[in-house]
Amino acid sequence: MSEASRHRIFSRLQAATRQDTTPVSQLPELPIKTYSPKEKIERLITLMEAMRTEVHTTAAENWLDTVEDVLKVREAKRLLYAPGTEIGEALEHQWENAAADLPQLIPYKQDIEQLKEMVFNVDAGITSAAGAIAETGALILWPTEQEPRLMSIVPPLHIAVLKADTIHNSLLEVMQKENWPAKMPSNVVLVSGPSKTADIEMTLAFGVHGPKELIVLILED
Amino acid sequence: MTNHHPLDFDKNVSRALNDRQLIKNIKSAMATLVSKRKAIFSDAAETERLRTLGNALKKTALSKLPQLLEQLEEKCNQNGIQVHWAETAAEANQLVLDIMKSHGATLLVKGKSMVSEEMELNAFLQKNGIEALETDLGEFIIQLNNERPAHIIVPAIHKNKDQISKIFHDHIPDAPYTEDVAELTAIARKTLRQKFYQADVGLSGVNFAVAETGTLCLVENEGNGRLCTTVPGVHIALMGLEKVVEKLVDLPPLLRLLIGSATGQLVTTYVNMITSARKQGEKDGPKEVHLIILDNGRSKIYADTRRRETLQCIRCGTCLNHCPVYNRIGGHAYGYIYPGPIGKILNPQIEGLRAAGVLASASSLCNACEEVCPVKIQIPDLIRRIRNESYSKDSTCTIEGHGYKRNLAEVLAWKVWQTINTHPLINAAGLKILNVLGMKIPKIGPLKDWIRYRTTPELAKKSLHELIKQHGVDHE
Amino acid sequence: MSRYPEKPQKVYYYGTCLVDMMYPEAGLAGIKLLQQEGVKVIFPSGQTCCGQPAYNSGFPDEARAVAGKQIELFPEDYPIVVPSGSCAGMMRHHYPKLFDGDPDFDRIINFSQRIFELSEFLVHALNIKLQDRGAPIKVTWHSSCHALREMGIIEDSKSLIRQLKNVDLIELQHETECCGFGGTFAVKQPAISAAMVKDKTDDIRQTGAVRLITGDCGCLMNISGAMQFDNIRIGGQHLAEFIWERINDKPSPA
Repeated sequence: MSEASRHRIFSRLQAATRQDTTPVSQLPELPIKTYSPKEKIERLITLMEAMRTEVHTTAAENWLDTVEDVLKVREAKRLLYAPGTEIGEALEHQWENAAADLPQLIPYKQDIEQLKEMVFNVDAGITSAAGAIAETGALILWPTEQEPRLMSIVPPLHIAVLKADTIHNSLLEVMQKENWPAKMPSNVVLVSGPSKTADIEMTLAFGVHGPKELIVLILED
Repeated sequence: MTNHHPLDFDKNVSRALNDRQLIKNIKSAMATLVSKRKAIFSDAAETERLRTLGNALKKTALSKLPQLLEQLEEKCNQNGIQVHWAETAAEANQLVLDIMKSHGATLLVKGKSMVSEEMELNAFLQKNGIEALETDLGEFIIQLNNERPAHIIVPAIHKNKDQISKIFHDHIPDAPYTEDVAELTAIARKTLRQKFYQADVGLSGVNFAVAETGTLCLVENEGNGRLCTTVPGVHIALMGLEKVVEKLVDLPPLLRLLIGSATGQLVTTYVNMITSARKQGEKDGPKEVHLIILDNGRSKIYADTRRRETLQCIRCGTCLNHCPVYNRIGGHAYGYIYPGPIGKILNPQIEGLRAAGVLASASSLCNACEEVCPVKIQIPDLIRRIRNESYSKDSTCTIEGHGYKRNLAEVLAWKVWQTINTHPLINAAGLKILNVLGMKIPKIGPLKDWIRYRTTPELAKKSLHELIKQHGVDHE
Repeated sequence: MSRYPEKPQKVYYYGTCLVDMMYPEAGLAGIKLLQQEGVKVIFPSGQTCCGQPAYNSGFPDEARAVAGKQIELFPEDYPIVVPSGSCAGMMRHHYPKLFDGDPDFDRIINFSQRIFELSEFLVHALNIKLQDRGAPIKVTWHSSCHALREMGIIEDSKSLIRQLKNVDLIELQHETECCGFGGTFAVKQPAISAAMVKDKTDDIRQTGAVRLITGDCGCLMNISGAMQFDNIRIGGQHLAEFIWERINDKPSPA
């Protein structure tokens, strides 16, 4: 059925393009706005905070302390993390000497089918950010085998760790610079804040389905 | 073609205009959306450049549509996304059902998809014993109340807080009555979380499908879309065949245009780009991804190179927000799934003129929609085209049902108008006769409707032609 | 704007059918304003209608027949001044579409490019300066959708009113919203049209103005008719007539 339909649809489309003599439009170029490194950080923070993201800038060597603080304040009991990653190993090491009031580390090291109930019951998930976009105020999440997709969407709190020197001017720029067309993974997500909606009388409400809170740690060296 | 109750537009309009709560809710929401769009597109020159680019990108993609669809299919297949083609809504519905059945699934969680509404998918699945649950908050609300969406972007825009509180309380078991928005949201979150967890199949729409990489791009603020497309083992994506774009780098300007126009944001909370199912070694994501590409009359629209412009639409909803008619009658009055200016041109072309041609009369041709359309569709010209074909039996007409409105009275009236206005002496004589009759235009036909709300227009004692002569103006 | 002719000696005048039949004083006022600036005005007497009513109602052939007749009457290369944004928009922007593929297309383009709405012509081609001799008055301005969006002349029109120093111009809150006329729309969808004109008259009332000024007689007929029907004692007047009365200190026809 699908094949026959496909054939009929294409017949009509191809017949139409054969007859079409409209000239193709010239694609105008739009200038890319560029920001200085300092402006990039400031703009990212301003835009993300406007979307109710909690942003912390920290020296690269202190980020774990910030993570501990935000978790303790929320009395988080379970933190989902990705073992075998830079962040994962750092967390494991830090937690070895951890005080009792830190959440239990839950490693995402099995398929979701084995881990579903746990993933849906953790208090927080922590992931890296592959970069960020200053123009629109968004993080780039690039899930991998070690850092699966659900980490950043299921838990009510998502903590993202971003290196300041991976902030790009615009989405167009990062797509071109990093040659995304040649290497699109299963999933890439841009995230600009916690989940929200204005579906009820245009009134803003947070944490509809995705995380109620997004915390971004910007690591400066 | 979908099955519809015959559209009684007059009745719908009358009902809407008399619903004070509806008018109040709609006007308030539209004012907010209009001002948000204005704020996010505050630089007029930049906005104009962006719109020109958006128009060029969509036109170019459409000019290569079959080629891009082939490329999209090839890339998707390479990446393990299964591509299906549906000529009609019925075929598309069957495809969804077949996929559900092949997995023994009875629960489908849905992200927002206007195409699925066009297909009337939920009703079809329900008839076949499958629960299709809307997870977008606005869609969830109206589904509870057994209604259809009233707007392309904000489906429950016609409801205020009180009405929504009552819907929740009446239809969600154990839900306490509350008018607090945060509490209502929390109830929705709790109720739907269970469903995300349980569902075997998730469904989404597609905002843009990139041919170059086989990537499906979706935008949202709530996160339900990501959950629908990542938690269940199977993901079904539905798209109209016009949604394909050529390159990945086409996305940034189109996203800026779509999101700015739809919600007045620089970017949505999430921009989700899906290029394959779960790969070997990955721990989550659906193991199966299906892309169903729907025609449902679009290839016929495509065949007409002028009407093809209709397919440039990126479903931002801003034309609705700026339309003085939509602002006064809301979305349901239009009877078909796409309301507002885009609905006035799309519905007649999909459903045929007999079924939906009347919608093209519901426009004062004020051009507010054209002024803001992010991809510069010349909607008023297309409305005129639909009006032309409604009256013409000419063989150059291409819309189904053309000539359906043709009637002796109107044809004659315009022929008389033509005769009068191509014969200046007859024109002048006619005015003189009316003056003799007492300076009033006869109260027949259209004048009857006019005087229901306005005083009768009066003819001047002397026409401008006569004053010209009197005042010695050169009149060749 | 460089596309305006500089101080032309002669212009054509296109009155429009509504002005001819119902608001001839406004048409004459426009001519007098041009004459007072030293321009010779020629009014081809065979003119009738620009064709817009048929064009918008689904009868393009009839529209074309009528439009074709108008074009023939303006053969010389003079600007054509029109006291209506709606008709000017039709002739400037839609005639090229209406006559697409016509063998005489160049002549039609030439005609279209010579079309100017009255306000923009007074402001940009003639650089008119107005001395207000009238008593203080509060007015509000309504722009037809075509004057606003197709011709882009709302600021030109308002700038003329603002030159009149005893005139207090209060802007509408929803200045850019359609009044609901839309030609045949008002009788094809009368209830929706009525809802739109009601909002427009509410807006006019809240300005506190005693008179509504507009550059388009379709809108004028629509809004005035609705105000009179509801016994709202606010007068409606065409911009040309208003200006002429203010600079000549004639009593206003409220």
